[in-house]
Amino acid sequence: MQLSGNCSQPEVLSATLVDLRRGDAAILDRIDLPVDDARRLMELGFLPGTRVTAGLSAPGGDPRVFRVDGSEIALRRETARRLKVRIEKASKRDPRV
Amino acid sequence: MSECSDCRSCGAAAVLEFPGPSAAAAKAVAVIGPPNSGKTTLFNRLTGLRQKVANFPGVTVEQHTGIADLPDGRSIRLIDLPGVYSLSPRSEDEQVAYDVLTGNRADTPKPEAILLVLDSTNLARHLMLAAPILALGVPTLIILNMADDLRNRGGHLDLGKLAAELGAPVALISARQGEGIGQVFDFLAGAMPKPAPRELPVLQDVPKCRQWAGRVGIEAAYRPPLAPKWTRRLDAVFLHPVIGPLVFVAVVFAVFQTIFNAAVPLMDGVKWLFDVSGNWITTALPDSLFRSLIVEGVWKGVGSVVVFLPQVLLLFLFIAILEDSGYLARAALIADRTMAKVGLQGKSFIPLLSAYACAVPAIMSTRTIENRRDRIATILIAPFMTCSARLPVYTLIIAAFIPQRHVLGPFLNTRAAAMLALYVLGFLAAVVTARLLKSSILKTGRTPFLLEMPSYRWPTFQSIGLRLYDRSKVFLRRAGTVILLVTVILWIMANLPTQNGHIPAIENSLAGTIGRTIEPVLKPLGFNWKIGIGLITSLAARETIIATLGTIYGMDPKSHGLDLQNAIHRDLTPGGAVALLVFFAFAMQCISTIAVVRRETGGWKWPILQFTYMSVLAYAGAFVAAHLIR
Repeated sequence: MQLSGNCSQPEVLSATLVDLRRGDAAILDRIDLPVDDARRLMELGFLPGTRVTAGLSAPGGDPRVFRVDGSEIALRRETARRLKVRIEKASKRDPRV
Repeated sequence: MSECSDCRSCGAAAVLEFPGPSAAAAKAVAVIGPPNSGKTTLFNRLTGLRQKVANFPGVTVEQHTGIADLPDGRSIRLIDLPGVYSLSPRSEDEQVAYDVLTGNRADTPKPEAILLVLDSTNLARHLMLAAPILALGVPTLIILNMADDLRNRGGHLDLGKLAAELGAPVALISARQGEGIGQVFDFLAGAMPKPAPRELPVLQDVPKCRQWAGRVGIEAAYRPPLAPKWTRRLDAVFLHPVIGPLVFVAVVFAVFQTIFNAAVPLMDGVKWLFDVSGNWITTALPDSLFRSLIVEGVWKGVGSVVVFLPQVLLLFLFIAILEDSGYLARAALIADRTMAKVGLQGKSFIPLLSAYACAVPAIMSTRTIENRRDRIATILIAPFMTCSARLPVYTLIIAAFIPQRHVLGPFLNTRAAAMLALYVLGFLAAVVTARLLKSSILKTGRTPFLLEMPSYRWPTFQSIGLRLYDRSKVFLRRAGTVILLVTVILWIMANLPTQNGHIPAIENSLAGTIGRTIEPVLKPLGFNWKIGIGLITSLAARETIIATLGTIYGMDPKSHGLDLQNAIHRDLTPGGAVALLVFFAFAMQCISTIAVVRRETGGWKWPILQFTYMSVLAYAGAFVAAHLIR
């Protein structure tokens, strides 16, 4: 299932949640997962167009906690890879993370 | 599911009317909310000790019901539904919640009203669940929980406007502090004004629902609270790349120590109580078969299970504190990578660790794993962990057959090495089985692993106390039913048929006959009929084999006068001894575990499969061992 948000720049879209390091924020663009799984993620706040911030992780960086829509949700690398994002160009590292 | 626009009129317009105390049955009200919304805290606050735990028939979802007394003297039956993020029935939990709310479960009455519990500190996202709930058209109170948190972190909202926007009454409460509970009672008593129903979004469309929730939040002047400062600070420690794993190991060690060592004096105390009371019964009753049944069968059998109660309670004390404080989610995060290697997930870690003490509480604690397949896989491999009931058997046979020698200097001797090898053997069996299960019948597929990190909170005494109370009820109820029945059957088999009115010699008893009948099957493993009887009686609990063998060798003129260790040394070849150890490492000789698996998986399918699998593995393993070692 592909849920597109604004995708005016297809070239920049190659980034996924895995590419975010701690403190990085990005706008979620689409979820490359089967409908049911995508729905579950959306119910947890992972909606296209929403800002996602990478947080702390387990040792080794997997799974990692992501801050989205007021919640903190941990995703494994294999799932995070399926969430395509647009990195905010102007975004600064969130110092609170 | 219907679109909400269809139910504009039927909505919250219905008036709550409960009959007076004269009515036969109290009316049912469902409590529902997303995970981590404090739903259960509210349920506990409203019902206290007047609650019951059972499984919804046919499924593994636990059903908590309780009675809440209204200030006007009427009673209401509350049903605590599982925590769900949405009402679209995908998981078993959601299916049960949906069926109960729509009146589609024959075992549960359709609720006349709903208490929807949401986290006020994360209102916009949690409000998404309000849409499908309000669309049901059942009178609903929207409860915004954690009012204290919202206030302390500078959040705010206009309750009147929110109620108007939702078309349903709203209450801002703190279930932990007991703040605002009066409003819940007002609603249940039908004394809350009802706003006019409003139009709701299309339910199937998550983004639209979220937009709607966001708009409702804006209309209600919702100001989200600041980031939880303490949670950030604690996470900086608990999820620190170096300190985090150290804290994790310390916590694991503390759990292990407690259930393994600290529980021992308490368990000895319980055992002592049963021994003393057993002696008392012996002196109180005349010598008869009936006395033997009561003392040797019923009392010993029940005692052998109740003795685990301190261990169960200590483990659940730990788990309750870890879960309620929010640390369990962090521990699961840290353990996830390791567990993923065998196809499981982080939340399986604590139950598997607990299984080293006893599989029974471990299996009960798998309830923290939401994914059903992961949960069943964890349940199925838990009995492979070397539980404390195996230790006496291992100790006896190792002491009888393995001479004490140093292997690696003074640190490791042959006996300790053998013991360690048995731990490793059980662990390997668990790992292989997990991989097998997760790549076949319990394949999770590509379902993503999602773990919400709740804010850290102080656990409350009430919540922990109630949890321990209902776990011990569940545990003791089983000891009083299944276990009682089985121990009585085993006693009958060991004591009948009587010969000239006397208890028969063990080899002539029913158990002895069965032992000799199955001897040909056990011969290839190097076991004779005496071991066979031991294996049968150890079905009740593993360590029972020691008492059984003690009795048999005591009666046998050839081994009479020898201590058990020497008697067993004469009776088994070294190959047979190793085979027996391997058999105990793999076999599921524990009625309590079988009973708890049946309860937790909601049927006989899994316990039968598990018992068969473990028995076959035990037989095959023992066969190989008996033929490799001569």
